[in-house]
Amino acid sequence: MEIRRGFHQKLKEIQDDVLAMSGMVESAIMSSIEALKNRDLDLAHKIVADDIKINQKRFDIEQKCIQIIATQQPMASDLRTIISVLYIITELERIADHAEGIAKIVIMIGDEPPLKPLTTIPLMAEKACDMLHRAVDAFIRHDAETARKICLEDDEVDNLYNQVFRVLLTYMLEDPKTITRATRLSWVAHNLERSADRATNICERVVFTVTGKMEEIASKY
Amino acid sequence: MLNGIPSLETKKLGLWYGHFQALRDISVAVPRNQIMAIIGPSGCGKSSLLRCFNRMNELILGSRVEGEVLFDGANIYAPGVDPSEIRYRIGMVFQKPNPFPKSVYDNVAFGPRVNGFAGNLDEIVERALVRAALWDEVKDQLRKSAMQLSGGQQQRLCIARALALEPEVILMDEPCSALDPVATLKIEDLMRSLVQDYTIVIVTHNMQQAARVSDMTAFLMMAEDRAGVLVEYGPTSQVFTTPKDSRTEDYITGRFG
Amino acid sequence: MARDTSFHRRLMVRRLKGGLAGSLFFLAILSGILVLIVLLADVLIDGIGWLDWQFITSYPSRRPESAGILAALAGTIWIMALTGLFSFPIGVGTAIYLEEYAADSRLRRFIQTNISNLAGVPSIVYGLLGLGLFVQFLAMGRSILAGALTMTLMSLPVVIISAQEAIRSVPEAHHRGAYALGATRWQVVRHIVLPGALPGILTGTILSMSRAIGEAAPLIAISALVYMTFLPVSPLDRFTVLPIQIFDWVSRPQENFQGLAAAGIIVLLVVLLTMNAIAIFLRNHYQKSVEE
Repeated sequence: MEIRRGFHQKLKEIQDDVLAMSGMVESAIMSSIEALKNRDLDLAHKIVADDIKINQKRFDIEQKCIQIIATQQPMASDLRTIISVLYIITELERIADHAEGIAKIVIMIGDEPPLKPLTTIPLMAEKACDMLHRAVDAFIRHDAETARKICLEDDEVDNLYNQVFRVLLTYMLEDPKTITRATRLSWVAHNLERSADRATNICERVVFTVTGKMEEIASKY
Repeated sequence: MLNGIPSLETKKLGLWYGHFQALRDISVAVPRNQIMAIIGPSGCGKSSLLRCFNRMNELILGSRVEGEVLFDGANIYAPGVDPSEIRYRIGMVFQKPNPFPKSVYDNVAFGPRVNGFAGNLDEIVERALVRAALWDEVKDQLRKSAMQLSGGQQQRLCIARALALEPEVILMDEPCSALDPVATLKIEDLMRSLVQDYTIVIVTHNMQQAARVSDMTAFLMMAEDRAGVLVEYGPTSQVFTTPKDSRTEDYITGRFG
Repeated sequence: MARDTSFHRRLMVRRLKGGLAGSLFFLAILSGILVLIVLLADVLIDGIGWLDWQFITSYPSRRPESAGILAALAGTIWIMALTGLFSFPIGVGTAIYLEEYAADSRLRRFIQTNISNLAGVPSIVYGLLGLGLFVQFLAMGRSILAGALTMTLMSLPVVIISAQEAIRSVPEAHHRGAYALGATRWQVVRHIVLPGALPGILTGTILSMSRAIGEAAPLIAISALVYMTFLPVSPLDRFTVLPIQIFDWVSRPQENFQGLAAAGIIVLLVVLLTMNAIAIFLRNHYQKSVEE
């Protein structure tokens, strides 16, 4: 018999907000790669501008969490959920910053000729977004098992990153004139790699939410 | 010498009121100089368990105890143990402030007097009132009736009354349930300062209070036959953040009550 | 609006009913008070002329002018003092035992029921019991002692019940508080129960005394004297009491003795009201000392 219906309704609303924010962040990442592929400066500027909206969303959720802690004294798994929300929205906000970073690189690149057709970077972006999406989903469903599995997938992104890095290195070694452009692309890849790392951080929070234990889920390097 | 053993400990404690079993198979150990909170839904036997610690349950006709309650390692239900001696060493504070209709002084002096104390009563009374953080408020009106104090002052007087016997343990049965929030916080603050010298067991229906003041938390629930059983016992910080039993989780997050 | 008018109409009816009920209750109490006033006025008019110092200090006489109430007044005071002396400790002791010591057994409930029933037994029955038990069997004769013991029997149930009520009014929380401080049962009774219950016990005892003061029947049954021209000096002396003296005067045909009877009633009422006043004073006094 549920006796704190109002409170648990509010808690659910906060989690829905996290889901919405995560959607905004995913689309920021995907759009930034889209802008990179198509040299779409307008889109890049829009991503930079939209980052403010994501920051705002984060502050809104944080405010709600503080209010619910102050007024409802959540305990046990409820408390862990709220604390996790506070961490997760921080991670989401940073991922959005990575998207903004990519967009700024797109603006920097401007109308320089492309170094090469983009292949691996879009793959990385897709993978990172997929991990992020499923991590937040696991959080909503309090699914620690899935969260642990997602962590292991971080290796794939790391591998893709190394691949991109090696290719770009070859370009730079062959022709020093490509160094500027290649470096910029490697920044893009780095942003994506960091995003995937943050998705695994979210997964660790999911495990904490469910079990109450802080776990470093090692898959690393 | 006693440092190794818990101040209070129950072993397979059961309590019967006539044919009704009120508690079953309770085993907990209250560490010295700590506060143990007993929480649980209404009717789960929290207060009954508390009363087992100073044999107050014997005032209820037809009550019977099985198992052991060890106080400093000795069973208080052993034959030949006088309940008065137990209550002399284990003080109790009740749900509603219950000062006697006597003066402030006589209330605090009551315990020493009935127990045949022969020394300087004034000193004892002052020390107890100071310890209960009430001295400054009542030092000029010790002859005033205790009934004229505010509810929060009355409850601190009742704590002073218990302290006057210099007990080793203080049992508190929902000591703040009749008090306003400020008086409640004062009592909680007092408990944290008292625990340096005493072991405290508190029954509370207020989970936040248990979380705020206690070091250890015991969660009791009613079993199918309505007997109170111990569901979980552990450090408060663990019970309120990561309870091990899903029933504890459901109770403290308000998913059942 | 339609709803409003019907509401207001019903409200009027409701108010009317309430007013009606109130006046009925007032009438009820008025009838009691009226009867009392008429009675008092009647007695005062008849008796006040006869009430003087000579009346108080004289023995009964065939001549109404020189008749007085001294022997009866002395007898009443003797009987009351001894009855109080006997019934207070026995009654309070019984009440304490029943409330604080006796287990809730079938025997206790049986005793309790009997005490309640005894309180309703007609006083003449106690008189006959006293006659058989004290006067004849224990050979006390028709003495003050036999009379006082008879009155004790009669007033005990009321003393016990009122003392029990008073003891029960001491909050359970105070009992528990004292026990929790290591007090023994006797200490709880001595320091918590008795001080708390004393006002109630005193009031109950005095009120039951003042009821006994007006009783003639049991003492007639053990044949108290009617015509007594000496003062009793020991509990074994014979005696008379106010109600019997009044009863005797009332039953005489001469007009003047009716006046004497009325004067006797006034004296009885004064004694009675004095005792009630003492009861109220004691209750207030002890309650204050307890609460302040």
